[in-house]
Amino acid sequence: MQQNELIPHLFRTEYSKIIAVLCNSFDLTHLEIAEDIASETFLKATEVWGIKGVPENPAAWLYTVAKNKVKDYFKHNSIFEKKIKDAIKSDDIETEKCFEFSNQNITDSQLAMVFAVCNPENSPEAQISLALQILCGFSVEEIANAFLTKAETIKKRLLRARANLRTSNFQIKILSESEIKLRLDTVLKTLYLLFNEGYFSKTNNQLIRKDLCSEAIRLAFILTQNRLTNTTETNALLSLMCFQSSRLDARTSDSGEAILFEEQDKSLWNDELIEKGNYYLITACTGDALSKYHIEAAIAYWHTTPTGKDKWQHILKLYNELILIEHSSVIALNRAFAFAKVYGYQNAIPEVEKLNLDNKNYYHSMLGYLYADTDLSEAISHYNKAIALTKSEIEKQTLGKEIERLRRALLPGI
Amino acid sequence: MKDFLLVFRTDLKTIPKASPEDMQASVQKWMNWISGIAAQSKLVDRGNRLVSTGKVLKSDGIISDGPYTEIKESILGYSLVKAESLEEATELAKGCPVLFIGGNVEIREINVL
Repeated sequence: MQQNELIPHLFRTEYSKIIAVLCNSFDLTHLEIAEDIASETFLKATEVWGIKGVPENPAAWLYTVAKNKVKDYFKHNSIFEKKIKDAIKSDDIETEKCFEFSNQNITDSQLAMVFAVCNPENSPEAQISLALQILCGFSVEEIANAFLTKAETIKKRLLRARANLRTSNFQIKILSESEIKLRLDTVLKTLYLLFNEGYFSKTNNQLIRKDLCSEAIRLAFILTQNRLTNTTETNALLSLMCFQSSRLDARTSDSGEAILFEEQDKSLWNDELIEKGNYYLITACTGDALSKYHIEAAIAYWHTTPTGKDKWQHILKLYNELILIEHSSVIALNRAFAFAKVYGYQNAIPEVEKLNLDNKNYYHSMLGYLYADTDLSEAISHYNKAIALTKSEIEKQTLGKEIERLRRALLPGI
Repeated sequence: MKDFLLVFRTDLKTIPKASPEDMQASVQKWMNWISGIAAQSKLVDRGNRLVSTGKVLKSDGIISDGPYTEIKESILGYSLVKAESLEEATELAKGCPVLFIGGNVEIREINVL
């Protein structure tokens, strides 16, 4: 890896580890100090590595520098000294232990950070932004890009979220069994949303999308490494993420246009991720619990299989189950699509129209799609409504092309 | 939005002995219908189906074995939906699989205590 690629890459992976270990040793009120130390560590890395070259083990180098910077803080910062050093006992041997960058301590600290960041007092958007910043090492600009929002908005959102984090009194050091039970739902939900932010992202930037998805997988994987958080639900969520990610390369064209499932080049599907999805789905099914993640993972599983006689029957059944435990307009429309696959487009039209989601672009694009075989002008009218409602330029283009195709079919000879 | 109780009735004697495939198909029909209501955000409670045996206790203290030997319509089950009006609730009941086996759906607004 070239050095200009190496540093951003290391920053992503190591920044969050350093912050997690430091926060686990101080506490959340001193999150900023941890971030300062991590940033200074990377600043030093860019300076020194630029002259002397990259050390053999860059991560270990970073940990050593971070550790030394912490020691400097102990020596020079009297407020810090009083507030924290007392709290974590003052002799050097203890300090040494606290800031140990061992694999175990990194994993434990990261898990604790995940639980700290997924604070239900913050809105889901704020939790995701915070997770991206603190757990994944994203910059404000990168987060703003992913959300298609102004950097200023994200900055404000993060400030508020951090203030809540500081006052929440969440004890990061002792992650108790009861706290884990209380918060695991929120944690899973945040990771689910983080993943979806990447998978259904508004941004056309493929790199950011992939990063979001792989970060969500990495964090979900951390949860499977601890006895208390390795629940069947966690495994179901991880399975869902693996199945969905397996199609990431196939579902957008080089120009960023979405490619419909049926038209995807299946050779671009990632077999390794499909296998992982299978593995975690089997693990998820070892208990009695049936969560929405189980059902969604099962649906995603069917999507990775070739279209057989019963495939859509199974998918429809699963959507029927899903809509009973969680309602959303997206699930309702996906269910209607499965219904169309089983009972025919004609029969599905009333099923969709009953949903009455006149203000949703995907409601109209679905109706356009279903009408396209039988009623061209109705189909075009729905596609036009979808174009008027969507904010995505890519979707506008895709739908525009579809309308053109239908118009040509409507007026042969032109 | 008001809540409505849907009561499904049919003559239990006319229900043919179904094969496992038929039963599976029937379950699928019920699921499709009830999930279709849930998809519209109008399902309050999917409710339950009732076991076909039961007792009837009358005011004179006489207990008999279920009402269905003498009447043609036994309660098969119930669901709870929500709608703006009785008409809308009735609209939701359309497509209920009990209608295709000669049964009926009674739609009643719930008068909350």
